[in-house]
Amino acid sequence: MNAVYTRPKTLDAAGSTYCPGCHHATANKLICEVLEELGQEKNAVAVMGVGCCANSFRYLGTDLIALPHGRPCAAASAYKKCNPDVVTFTYQGDGDLASIGLAETLMAANRGDNITVVFINNAVYAMTGGQIAPTTLIGQKTSTAPGGRIAEEYGYPLHMCELMGQLRAPKYLARVACTDVPNVRKTRASLMKAFKNQLDGKGFSMVEILSNCPTNWGMSALESIEFIENQLIPEYPLGEYRDI
Amino acid sequence: MEKIFVKGCEAVAEAAVRAGCRFFAGYPITPQNEVPEYLARKLPQVGGIFVQAESEIASISMVFGAAAGGTRSMTSSASTGVSLMSEGISALAGAHLPAVICNFQRSGPGISNIQPSQQDYNQATKAHGHGAFRMLVLAPSTLQEAADMTYRAFDLADKYLNPVYLLLDGFTGAMMEPIVFPDPKSDEWILENKASKAGWALFDGNLREERRRAMGGRNDQEPDNIASAEMYERWKGTEVEYEETLTDDAELIITAYGISARFAGAAVKKLREEGLKVGLIRPVKVYPFPEEAFDKLDYTRVRGILSVEMSIPANFAEDVKYAACRRAPVKTCLSSGGNILELDAILDAARELYGSR
Ligand SMILES: Cc1ncc(C[n+]2csc(CCOP(=O)(O)OP(=O)(O)O)c2C)c(N)n1
Ligand code: SF4
Repeated sequence: MNAVYTRPKTLDAAGSTYCPGCHHATANKLICEVLEELGQEKNAVAVMGVGCCANSFRYLGTDLIALPHGRPCAAASAYKKCNPDVVTFTYQGDGDLASIGLAETLMAANRGDNITVVFINNAVYAMTGGQIAPTTLIGQKTSTAPGGRIAEEYGYPLHMCELMGQLRAPKYLARVACTDVPNVRKTRASLMKAFKNQLDGKGFSMVEILSNCPTNWGMSALESIEFIENQLIPEYPLGEYRDI
Repeated sequence: MEKIFVKGCEAVAEAAVRAGCRFFAGYPITPQNEVPEYLARKLPQVGGIFVQAESEIASISMVFGAAAGGTRSMTSSASTGVSLMSEGISALAGAHLPAVICNFQRSGPGISNIQPSQQDYNQATKAHGHGAFRMLVLAPSTLQEAADMTYRAFDLADKYLNPVYLLLDGFTGAMMEPIVFPDPKSDEWILENKASKAGWALFDGNLREERRRAMGGRNDQEPDNIASAEMYERWKGTEVEYEETLTDDAELIITAYGISARFAGAAVKKLREEGLKVGLIRPVKVYPFPEEAFDKLDYTRVRGILSVEMSIPANFAEDVKYAACRRAPVKTCLSSGGNILELDAILDAARELYGSR
């Protein structure tokens, strides 16, 4: 029998403890596949802060730097400068990357540091129970915005690809989703591009994955996919925002 | 050996380079700007990396990343900036990563002013971050010592896989003295030093089977805390460092660390000239605190201990009181808020305590 599909060996064989239907599992798998295809899985360091994102340290079979909430880009930049031959990537949620670590993220992008940033935008602080995040939609109910996000109180959703699009240094900025097979393929292609850029010494690349959080959104897995398609994508259009 | 006339900040920066420090990240803050400015010039010349980070939080996080890869790394700041680093210092201790942190103390609390002080003593020795950990805290009182201690700090950090803290002050950073620098580590030595970290650092992933994790968080945290606590206890036997001057026959002890010990030393000299039997105890490291220096005193003879520091309220004096254990009265002579100690004030306080039996 010919195996047409196998689990990437860099992904933990025991399976994950993400909630059923959570796209973190897909994103983890795609990262492992891409690293393996590039032959870099044993020459890669994942840098993580905290959140459900950081749970992926259990499943990604790369080396790992784990440090406080929001600081991955700073540590990744420094590690990469000292070890230019090692593939260095961060894996961060919206709270980590776009709120508490906004300065670290934007400044790494603005310096054009040669790292790859994987940004999981699920529009909430997932691990702590679904509180409002900078990326929460207007009207979206969260545990700390029980009536839904109001612009007068919390402003508007933060668009990181567009924000970074104002900077000159980043080389690749893309927003993708894992809602169906074509989108998963595009996500994989974007990750490939972002990691290849690093290997080519090009500079800063970020892939923003519009992800789901069925648990904190209070939805079934299928409903959460519909929410991405019908609510998140209209607010956060998919596409390549920068590719140079 | 050639003596070079240097400024305190530059003594620390040059000694770090000579010790093999090849990564520095920092954020501008007076009174230590000459440290990053020096390293911005020097590190690229020796194949090292200098980054002016976006904040002190980013600086210490960068040091975390560089240290995880086995590169000798340092950051430097002053008081309010060091407070921002607390998160990362705790993370370094939790992840057992070696790094050197310099604090050129300035006035506090809050932003206060940029003049020298010693008001961060408790923060440095007891509360440098959340989560109950300790660091060796080196407190130079001359520029020669500042250079030598900076050089040694990297060895200590590597030895114990723990951050090491240099407790300096704005006075020490700004003054100039002639010093002899320790020999620079060669490029080969630096490569070997990195290679010696092959057992834990994140490099050469292709050459090993197991995956490495530079991280603090553990589900089973307590055994790690117990092991760290045992290491801190061992330091009390191996890492205590202090200097005694004329304590053998002393009836009055003046004690001070860092820059204050310069004033205290001058006071001891003057009082001896007056015929008073006064000696000096100077902790060279303030953590672990040299309790034994106070245990060794003959309390049938010692009339009192005068604790001198540039901090109001007194911080260092609390450790002195604890070490003296009510065996002699402990009085203080203090300044703060950027005010430099007055020699006359120390002399007056000493004379009063000397006669107060
Ligand atoms: C300094 C600090 N503040 C708060 C927390 C608590 N905390 C843990 S996970 C988390 C939420 C993270 O949300 P996000 O970055 O969006 O990641 P997700 O869980 O959605 O993957 C927070 C706030 C922390 N660990 N550290
Ligand atoms: S809480 Fe949300 S983000 Fe976290 S694993 Fe569950 S579904 Fe995924």
